[in-house]
Amino acid sequence: MIHPNKKRLRRSMMFLNCQKPGLIKDPYIYKPDSIMLDLEDAVAENQKDAARYSLYHALQEIDYHGVERVVRINGLDTPHWKEDIRVCVAGGADTIRIAKTESAKDVKIVEEHVLAAEREFGRPEGSTLLMAALESCKGVLNALEVCEASERLIGIALSGGDYTKDLQTTITGTGVELMGARQHMIMAARAAGVQCWDTVFTNLDDMEGFENETRMIKMMGFDGKSLVNPRQITVVHKIFTPTEKEIIFAEKVVREIDDKKAKGIGVFTVDGKMIDIAFYDGAKRTLAMAKAAGVYKGDL
Amino acid sequence: MEIINIALAGTLESSDAQVTVEPGENGIELTIESSVIHQYGNQIRKVVLETLERLDVQNGRVTIIDKGALDCTLKARVECAVYRSNGITENLPWGGVIK
Repeated sequence: MIHPNKKRLRRSMMFLNCQKPGLIKDPYIYKPDSIMLDLEDAVAENQKDAARYSLYHALQEIDYHGVERVVRINGLDTPHWKEDIRVCVAGGADTIRIAKTESAKDVKIVEEHVLAAEREFGRPEGSTLLMAALESCKGVLNALEVCEASERLIGIALSGGDYTKDLQTTITGTGVELMGARQHMIMAARAAGVQCWDTVFTNLDDMEGFENETRMIKMMGFDGKSLVNPRQITVVHKIFTPTEKEIIFAEKVVREIDDKKAKGIGVFTVDGKMIDIAFYDGAKRTLAMAKAAGVYKGDL
Repeated sequence: MEIINIALAGTLESSDAQVTVEPGENGIELTIESSVIHQYGNQIRKVVLETLERLDVQNGRVTIIDKGALDCTLKARVECAVYRSNGITENLPWGGVIK
């Protein structure tokens, strides 16, 4: 059975350091779609244990008001990931983000340990979702097999910093160095029917650059973006939420296609634009996204 | 559990608490320092003692420097300090005595 939250709205995924109680106590006030509670890079090596206790109690005791609780665990090349999985499942995390994923095998190893933890802690089997961060050339090239590795997998996320390091270049701000990975990943995700998220934008003084990048990745087909600061949430939501004009047009397209199909007409115009059946799924997707974002109350 | 070695967990940052545990033989000797001691001193004491009781810690000197930590943070820091004093970092009893 497909998990009911597998395809929920995930425009914004905000990173929060589990080592900092002040950060994880009330991030829901900024209304991100998902928070990413980090046990990996943000947590100092000698504080990995402390971060897990904080994570466990936060998951158990803080009401995040429906915001999805994703936890980024340490990579499979570290001594930490097994205990990370145990605490995530015991605490009731919604989703586990696998760091440095390079193959379907990586996903399957994590899946096996998640299932064991669900049995150990009495959680329903299959209740913990997975997502994979692709952080290397090998991981990006294996995107399709990663996407198809598990029924639990909701999607893949690009980790630009590590990826460009592996590519032997740097983040330039132009997006050129990430273009191939972005294009490849979004195609793999769509081919497998899962979601895809773009990497973080770390220059908080360049909000114009952030907005431009977000518009670009929206055009490329991404579902959303990983974020490092609450200031970025509003921008992403504005760009990833259909406008009133887009919603009205999508409604007209769906209604007209349904109507014309019954009359045996295949191609026609809506507001001066040529429309045929190829536009149907896109219009339905616009309405579904608008509904999930709470800006459409219609019946389509 | 026993407090075997001196151990510390947490920081002095806002919304956090720094917890130090040391071996002792005269029951729990608890010291609390907090800027909100008058409003929340009893609650902090209650959470710390309940956590120690759950972990079956019967002896030791426990020092809390509170910086406005929520109950869940206090519990996390006390548990971390006690397990560190025993050198245990894996196969922890999540949902058992840690809850």
